Amino acid sequence: MKKTYAAALAATIVLACTLPAMAQSIDEQVNTLFANSTGWFVSFIFSPFPGTSFPWIVGWLVVAATVFTLYFGFIQFRAFPHSIALVRGDYSDPNDAGEVSHFQALATALSGTVGLGNIAGVAVAVGIGGPGATFWMILAGLMGMASKFTECTLGVKYRNEYPDGTVSGGPMYYMTKGFEERGLPAGKILAVMFAIFCILGAFGGGNMFQANQAHAQIANVVGDYPGWITGVIFAAIVFAVIVGGLKSIASVTEKVVPFMGVLYVLTALVILLMNADKIGWAFGQIFEGAFTGLGVAGGFVGALIQGFKRAAFSNEAGVGSAAIAHSAVRTKEPITEGFVSLLEPFIDTVVICTMTALVIIITGQLVSDPETGLYLLNEGGSAIQTVDGNTGVALTSAAFSSSFGWFQYVLAVAVVLFAFSTMISWSYYGLKAWTFLFGEGKTKELVFKVIFCIFVVIGAAASLGPVIDFSDAAIFAMAVVNIVALYALMPIVKRELESYLARLKSNEIKKFT
Amino acid sequence: MKKKIVVGYDGSSASGNALDFAVNLAKASQSGLVVAHILEWSPYTFLTPTELEERHARRTEELERAKSAVLDPVMQKLSDSGIEAASELRYGHIAETLIKVAEADDVEQLVIGRTGHSQLSSRIFGSVAGSLAQASPVPVTIVP
Repeated sequence: MKKTYAAALAATIVLACTLPAMAQSIDEQVNTLFANSTGWFVSFIFSPFPGTSFPWIVGWLVVAATVFTLYFGFIQFRAFPHSIALVRGDYSDPNDAGEVSHFQALATALSGTVGLGNIAGVAVAVGIGGPGATFWMILAGLMGMASKFTECTLGVKYRNEYPDGTVSGGPMYYMTKGFEERGLPAGKILAVMFAIFCILGAFGGGNMFQANQAHAQIANVVGDYPGWITGVIFAAIVFAVIVGGLKSIASVTEKVVPFMGVLYVLTALVILLMNADKIGWAFGQIFEGAFTGLGVAGGFVGALIQGFKRAAFSNEAGVGSAAIAHSAVRTKEPITEGFVSLLEPFIDTVVICTMTALVIIITGQLVSDPETGLYLLNEGGSAIQTVDGNTGVALTSAAFSSSFGWFQYVLAVAVVLFAFSTMISWSYYGLKAWTFLFGEGKTKELVFKVIFCIFVVIGAAASLGPVIDFSDAAIFAMAVVNIVALYALMPIVKRELESYLARLKSNEIKKFT
Repeated sequence: MKKKIVVGYDGSSASGNALDFAVNLAKASQSGLVVAHILEWSPYTFLTPTELEERHARRTEELERAKSAVLDPVMQKLSDSGIEAASELRYGHIAETLIKVAEADDVEQLVIGRTGHSQLSSRIFGSVAGSLAQASPVPVTIVP
C-alpha cells in the first residue's frame, strides 16, 4: 500500500515538473487534443431533434421532471412545509442524536451542487439566451424538485449498509436491487452504464469545469497566466485531501462554503435593493424574453434551451448524483429524504441562480439597442454583447463589482472554494461509481483518485469551450440512464409516499418537538 | 417514588468534585443518583460526503469509548463504595440535553461542576453553568 502511494505521488510530481518544461503551448495542445477526442460524444448528447435546434437531452430532462411532477401530484408544492419541518428536525427521534441529520445530508448535497453552475453557468445562460433564459431556468428548477424527490427516495431505500456501519447508495444500487424487486430486466446493465457516465461526469463537470472556471476567476483578479499552474496547485490540494486523507482542509471548506453561499445571496439582495426601482423592469425583461427572445441568439428557443440546460447542470435534478450524497442519512423512512432533497433545486436554482441572473440584468451588463430595445449580438453572433466583453464567471464578477468594487475578490475566493468543495463531492460520487464497477480496495481507489487529480490539471489548462461542452455532455449522459430507472421504479416511490402520508395524517408518525 | 439527583459528569476534575458533592447530597436526602455524560453534538454542522458515510460507524465508536473511558470507571467506583446510581449517555448540546434529562418527573435537582473558563470566552461562547442557571427546570447546584 505504502509503495503504491509513493508511486502515485512520484507520478504526480513528475507530471507537475514536466508540465512547465513544455512551456505555454501546453494549454493549446491540451485544448486541441481535448476537443478532438471528446467532440463525437458531445455532439451525440446534444444532437437536436430532427429538423429543429432543440437538443433531445434537454427535452428528455424536462419531460421527466414534468412526468414526476404530475405523477406525484405536485409534490414539490404539497410537501414543501413538511420538508422544512423535517430539516428543522421536528420529526427526528432524539434517540438518534449523533447520527447524520436531515440537515447535514442536505447541506452536504448542496455544497456539491451550489457552485460554479450558480455563478458561471447562469452568466453563460443569460449571456447567450438573454434575460428570458432566467424564466425557463426557474421553471426547470421548480419541476426538477420532483425528479430529485424521486431519485433521493430510491437512493435511501436501496442503499447498501455494511457490517462496519458505513453506507453506500446511489442509482447503481437502486438500478440493481430495485429492478430485481420489480422483476425488471437489465438493471445491472443500466447500473454499469450509469457508473461509467458518473465517472466521466466526475472528471468533467465535477472536476474540469470547476478547475477551468476557478482559473478564469483567479486570472481575472491577478492578471493572465497559464492555466496549468492553477491546475497543478489545485491538483496538489485535491490530492492531499482525497489521497492523503487531509481531513482538515476538507472540513474547513465544508464549513466556509455555506457562509460563502449566504454571503453571496445577501450581497445579491443588497444590490437588488439598491436598484429596487429596476426590479420590475428586470422581471419584465425576463418574461418578455422568455417568449419572444428579445432578439437573442436562437430567439425564444435559444432562451429556453439555455435556461433548461443551466438549471439541469446547476441543480443536477434527474442526474442521479444527489442520490449518492443523500443516501447516508439516518432515517427509518426513505421518503423523508426525498422530501428534504426537493429543497435542493429550490435553494440552488430558484433562489441562488435567480439572484445571479437578476444582478447581471439589473446592473446592465447586457448591451441592448436603445432604439428597438433588442439585445445586440457580438461579432460572431453567438452571444449577447456585454459591457466589457465578459462571459462566464467574469460576467458575474463584473456585474457584482459594478456595485461593490471589492466584491470581485470575495467572488474569487468564493469561486475557488465552491470549485474545491464541488470537486471533493464529485470525487466521492465518481469513486462510488468506480468501486461499484471494479470493487472496493485501496489500490483500485488510489488509481481513480490519481486520474481525478490529473484531470484537474487538464481542466484548468483547456479553454472554456471544449471543457464546458464535455462537462455538460458527461453529466447529461448520467441523466439518460438514471431517468430510465426512475420511470421504472416510480411506482415504488408512490407506494412509499402514500403509506407515509397516510401515517402522517393518522398521527402514527409523530413530531418530537 | 424515590427522587433523583442528576449530576453532569465528563471525566474532568471539576465534574469529579460535582460528583462527590452529589453523592453526599444523595446520601443525606436518601435520593437516587443519575450520572449523565453528554457528548457535544449538533445536527447543524457541516460534514463531507465521506464523513457522512462513516457517521454511523463513528457514532458507535464514540458511544463505546465514552462508556468504557468515562462512564464505566466512575460507575464501578460508585458501586464499589456501595452507592446505587444509574447512568445516562446522550448526544447533543450539553446544557440543553442536561435540561432534557432533568425534565424527567422524579428529578429533584441538577449538580454540575464549573470548568473555570475565563470571563471572555464564556462571554463569547456562553457557559454550560450559565445556561443551566437560566433555563433549568429544577434547582441547580454549581460546584467549583
